[in-house]
Amino acid sequence: MRREGSAFQGLGTVVLKELSDQMSSIRIFVLELLVVALAVVSVALAIRQLGLTTAEDPFLLLRLFTVDNPPLPSFAGMLGFLIPLVAIGLGFDAISSEHNRRTLSRVLAQPIYRDALLMGKFLAGMATLGIMLLAMWLLVVGAGLFMLGVPPNGDEILRSLVFLLIALCYCGVWLAFAMLLSIVFRSAATAALIALGVWLFFVFIWPSLASVLAQVISPPDVRYVLLGLPTPGTIEMQQTLARFSPNQLFAEAVLAILSPSTRALGPIYLEQLQGAVMGTALPLQQSLLIAWPQIVGLIASTIVLFVAGYVVFQRQEVRA
Amino acid sequence: MTDNVITAHGLTKRYRRATVVDDINFDVAKGEIFGLLGPNGAGKTTTILMLLGLTEVTSGEVRVLGHNPVREPLAVKRRVGYLPDSVGFYDYLTAAENLAYTARLMGFPAAERERRIMSALERVKLADVANKRVRTFSRGMRQRLGLAEIVMKGAEIAILDEPTSGLDPQATVDFLGLIEQLKHEGVTVLLSSHLLDQVQRVCDRVALFQAGRIVLLGSVPQLAKEVLGAGFIVEVDAVAPPGADLEARLLAVPGVTAVQRSGDRYRLNATRDVRPDAARAVVAADGALSRLSVDAPSLEAIYTRYFQRKDQSEGVRDAA
Repeated sequence: MRREGSAFQGLGTVVLKELSDQMSSIRIFVLELLVVALAVVSVALAIRQLGLTTAEDPFLLLRLFTVDNPPLPSFAGMLGFLIPLVAIGLGFDAISSEHNRRTLSRVLAQPIYRDALLMGKFLAGMATLGIMLLAMWLLVVGAGLFMLGVPPNGDEILRSLVFLLIALCYCGVWLAFAMLLSIVFRSAATAALIALGVWLFFVFIWPSLASVLAQVISPPDVRYVLLGLPTPGTIEMQQTLARFSPNQLFAEAVLAILSPSTRALGPIYLEQLQGAVMGTALPLQQSLLIAWPQIVGLIASTIVLFVAGYVVFQRQEVRA
Repeated sequence: MTDNVITAHGLTKRYRRATVVDDINFDVAKGEIFGLLGPNGAGKTTTILMLLGLTEVTSGEVRVLGHNPVREPLAVKRRVGYLPDSVGFYDYLTAAENLAYTARLMGFPAAERERRIMSALERVKLADVANKRVRTFSRGMRQRLGLAEIVMKGAEIAILDEPTSGLDPQATVDFLGLIEQLKHEGVTVLLSSHLLDQVQRVCDRVALFQAGRIVLLGSVPQLAKEVLGAGFIVEVDAVAPPGADLEARLLAVPGVTAVQRSGDRYRLNATRDVRPDAARAVVAADGALSRLSVDAPSLEAIYTRYFQRKDQSEGVRDAA
């Protein structure tokens, strides 16, 4: 038997309400302040550095996003680090707060399905993150124009917009994860701690752990070791493991898109580079092809996490 | 039986092993106030959630306004208002904003929303705090706001779960008045409570729940007859002249089944209100009548007696 009516009835209402809640909440204000402050600092540092080194770079705008400014990472690196924090901040109590406020049963007694509530909260979170990213993008491009005095070309604008979309997919993974936790755990503090724990795990522990595990699973070949070279099998295993982290996927995708000369994201042999003109930029389409598996990985993770939350939520009892 | 707005047949809810609601049957007629009564954990809230399609039905059939709440929840929820046990609102929104969210979920057009919200708030006497945040509201005000939501929806059935628990006496009286007002407007009211005197004050019929079953069902006088046997206890305080056997005279009054004497007080068990005849009997015996009272059967007496009797019969069964 089919259930009657659309699963998305009331979706728009929920999205608008959640969006207005988020926009007026102090929590989001603080998070955005933090992100914008770090963005401003890293862009200011990047501009100083670019002004010192080169005026000849054909992708000056993109360098704003990628140039490292010690002790801080590049703007893109900073986003990879901070986006999870903001997404977790948006999602960690999405459903549990409705439980604890005892509004859930009242809202679900209105003519909507649970689908609309969950989807609405997710879309509102994505919209908030999207607005934040867009504002930052405009800030960076504007500051770049103003301070560097070099107008960006169409390719650069397109690439930076693709970067924006990838960042949004990355937001989706963490938002869906945080919302899953908010459904499973009634206590917002538990959900927040677990989300932050996973975030720290992927930022600090997993990269080193992946390399250790790779050594165990696929031990280095003695012949390569004697030559002082890394074993291809070990490197590939390490990269495969590292890619279980959304942070790694995001970093790789961003590298391919924002550094047009990137030709591969894995190890490549010298003979594969035969005939390549090193250091030249690839067209955007080719860069997209390189980053495509990473982008798909991010989108797929978002969907899997959202569906997991959806299934748990549908089966959950509404009573407090 | 076309007048029944709610019918439940063999309604059962099981969680793994535990049976929370066990094969209950009841009908609620249009325009009546129906009370679900019983100790906490007897299955009242679960029954309510099944009526609203907020929890799955394990077996049995339930119809609300001719719809099956499991398959057509939107149709049911559009026409039924629900006030959950200790209802929650969005604290950071005003009373009017909270109702506006519900009104949007209901899909009312913008012009109608404003009118409905204001008239509903006026009905529950919250119009002057319409633009105050719910954070500042007392428990009684929140309950009234919950009722305003039901009025605003224009619900044909109002389902109220423990609406008066935790209210002070004055707030309780006000709230019961509002419930009666709903009835006068033709709204069917289903209310659950463990506060017996309040249920008795407003309900036309009650269903007594115990451990997931309905053990008694009917109007209060009916139940009194069923459980207490003779429904009326009349007390007569009279001084009879020596020699007049007042006890025998009172026992001779038609309808009196037993007389107990303690000093000058006579306690009559009767099948009807025998006060006029008892007075006549005292006067006929040349006695001085100083007080005459009747105990209407109270739900509390029924409830207490029912469980006493049950304990006794279970004790007998255990002994055997």
